[in-house]
Amino acid sequence: MCGIAGLIWKGGVTSDIGSEMTQMLQALKHRGPDSTGFALYGKPDDDVHILRFKVAEQEEMRTGFDIHRQVIERKAAVDTRLEELGAEIIKKDDATEYAFRYLFKFGGDLKRLIDFIEDLDGVEILSVGKGLELIKDLGDATVVSDQYGLKGFKGTHAIGHTRMATESDVDIRSAHPYWAYPFNDVSVVHNGQLTNYWTMRRDLERRGHRFMSNCDSELIAVYIADRIDRGDQLEDAMRLSIDVIDGVFTYLVATADQLGMAKDVMGAKPMVLYESDEFVGLASEEVAIRSIFPREIDTWDPYQGEVKVWAA
Amino acid sequence: MGSINTSHDMGLHEEQLAGRTQQRFFSASEEENYTYPWSYEVDFDKTAEFDAADMEITDINNKIRALMKSGHGTITVQNPRAKHSLGVGILNRLNLNFEGSLGYFGCGLIDGANVHISGRVGWSCAENMMAGKVVIEKNAGSLFGAAIRGGDLVCKGQAGARVGIDQKGGTIIVGDSVGAFTGFMMQRGRMIILGDAGDNLGDSMYDGTIYVGGKIASLGVDCVETDMTDLDKRYLEGKLSQYGMAAPNGVENMIKLTSGKQLWNYDNLEPSEKKLVL
Repeated sequence: MCGIAGLIWKGGVTSDIGSEMTQMLQALKHRGPDSTGFALYGKPDDDVHILRFKVAEQEEMRTGFDIHRQVIERKAAVDTRLEELGAEIIKKDDATEYAFRYLFKFGGDLKRLIDFIEDLDGVEILSVGKGLELIKDLGDATVVSDQYGLKGFKGTHAIGHTRMATESDVDIRSAHPYWAYPFNDVSVVHNGQLTNYWTMRRDLERRGHRFMSNCDSELIAVYIADRIDRGDQLEDAMRLSIDVIDGVFTYLVATADQLGMAKDVMGAKPMVLYESDEFVGLASEEVAIRSIFPREIDTWDPYQGEVKVWAA
Repeated sequence: MGSINTSHDMGLHEEQLAGRTQQRFFSASEEENYTYPWSYEVDFDKTAEFDAADMEITDINNKIRALMKSGHGTITVQNPRAKHSLGVGILNRLNLNFEGSLGYFGCGLIDGANVHISGRVGWSCAENMMAGKVVIEKNAGSLFGAAIRGGDLVCKGQAGARVGIDQKGGTIIVGDSVGAFTGFMMQRGRMIILGDAGDNLGDSMYDGTIYVGGKIASLGVDCVETDMTDLDKRYLEGKLSQYGMAAPNGVENMIKLTSGKQLWNYDNLEPSEKKLVL
C-alpha cells in the first residue's frame, strides 16, 4: 500500500518541517509500518555539500560481532577517499552507529567522487545536496524521527514515505525516498507498482545509471535523473514519465526549490491535495494533512494523468 | 403498488430495454425485505451532538449506535477530521450530520439513514448503500458510491475516478467533474454528472443511465449516446431541484448515455463450452 506525503511553504518561508513531516507520516502509519523515510530541504549554503550515507543495514548490526568493527573501518575508508579526491570535510555527525551526516566542500567532479565512495563495500550514499538531507530507516515515523533527531529541522519543503514492502525486502536500501543519483538535491517517493521495471532498468543501466536496490520505485528517481541529465525541466520529465512508465503510481519529486506530483492515467493510487496562499500539502490520505492543520480545510483529489509543480 | 415493472410503466426504459433487462423489483408486500428486527426506534426530534476530535474511529461509531439505542433520531458529529470509516453500517432511520470531512469508506453499507456532510469525503464514500440519502457539500474522492444499490448520493463538488463503479441502483449526483472510468460496469440506476467526465465513461456498462452536463473526454466500450426524452428532462429537473442544484447549460442540453448492449453474450456459449456440448 505505502503512504506518501509532501509539503512546501511558499515564498521561501521556513518552518519546522522535521516535526511537520513526522506528524504527517505518523498519521499514515497504517498504510505501511515497515520503514519510514524523509527528504528534508533546508536553506542551501552555496559552498557546502551535505552528504548522508550509511555503511551497513540496520539488520546487519544485530548479527555477529565483526560488523561493529567493520562500520568503523568503512567510515574511515570513506574519509580517506573523500580526502584523496580533494574534498574538504567540515563536519562529521554520527546519526546512528551505521549512518552518518557529513558537511564538505568540493569543487571537482561530484559524480566521480560519489562513485569512488560507493565503490567501497557496504557503503551507500543516501543523498548529496546543498539543501537536501535524506533520512530513512526501519520503523514508524516517530521512531525514525527520534532516532535521527529530526524534530526542529528548519526548512522550506519536504517529502516522506511510510512503506509496506511488497516487491522487495524490508531494509534501508529498499526504503524511500530515493535520491536521484548523482544529482544534487533531487529525491522521489512513490506509491504503487511499476510493471515495465526490468525493461526500463536495463535501458537505464546501459546508459550508466546505478541501481542500489531491486525496489521498483528507485526506477522513477533514476528516470527523472536521466531526463534532467538530458536537459529536461522537472515538469517536462514528469509529464513524459506518465506515458513511458507502465503500472499504477502516484509519486512526489522534490528538488532544491520545487515540489512536484504526478499521477498515472488510471488514477489508481490516491492523493489528496491542500493548497493555500502560503502552503501546499499532499498526502495519500487527508488525515495526514489534518495532522498539521486540524481546522476545516478545503481539499481535493488531483485527477488521473495530472502533473503539478510548486516552487518554494 | 404491486406492479413489477414500475419504472418501465413510467416509460423511463422504453428506448433501450426491449425485452432484455436485468431489472428486478421487489414487491412492497414482501415485508421481510424491508425490515430489520434489531433496528432502533428513534425520535427525530430527540437530538444529540458530540465532538469526535480526540475519539478513535470505533468509539465514534459505537457512540452513534449508543445514541440511536437511547432513541436519538438526529445526531451531529463535530470535528470528524477526515477519519476513515465513520458512520458505517447504519441500518436504521436516522438524521446524521457530520460537521467537517470524512476520510475513506465514510457512510459505507448504510440502509435508510439520512446523512449530511458539510466537508468533503475520501475514497469509497457510501459504498454499497441500500437506501437513504447522503449529501456532501464539498468534494469526493475516487470510487464515490461504488456498488450502491439504492438511495440518493449527492456530491456538490467534484468527485475522483471510478464514480459509481458497479452501481446496481439508486442515484448518484455530482455537481462538478468526475474522473476516469466513471460508471465502469454499471448495472442499474442513474448517474447525473453536471460537470465534465474523464476518459472511458461508462465502460462496459450493462444497464442504467448516465446524464452528463459538461464535456466527455471519451466514452468507454459499449457506452452509447441516446436521445433525451421529455420524461428524462422532467426527471432531471425534479431530481436536481430537490438538492438545490441545476445543470449549468440546462437539462435539455445534457447528454444521455446508456449501454449499447453489444457485450451482452449471455445466450451464446463460449467456444470452449461449445466443444463440451457437442
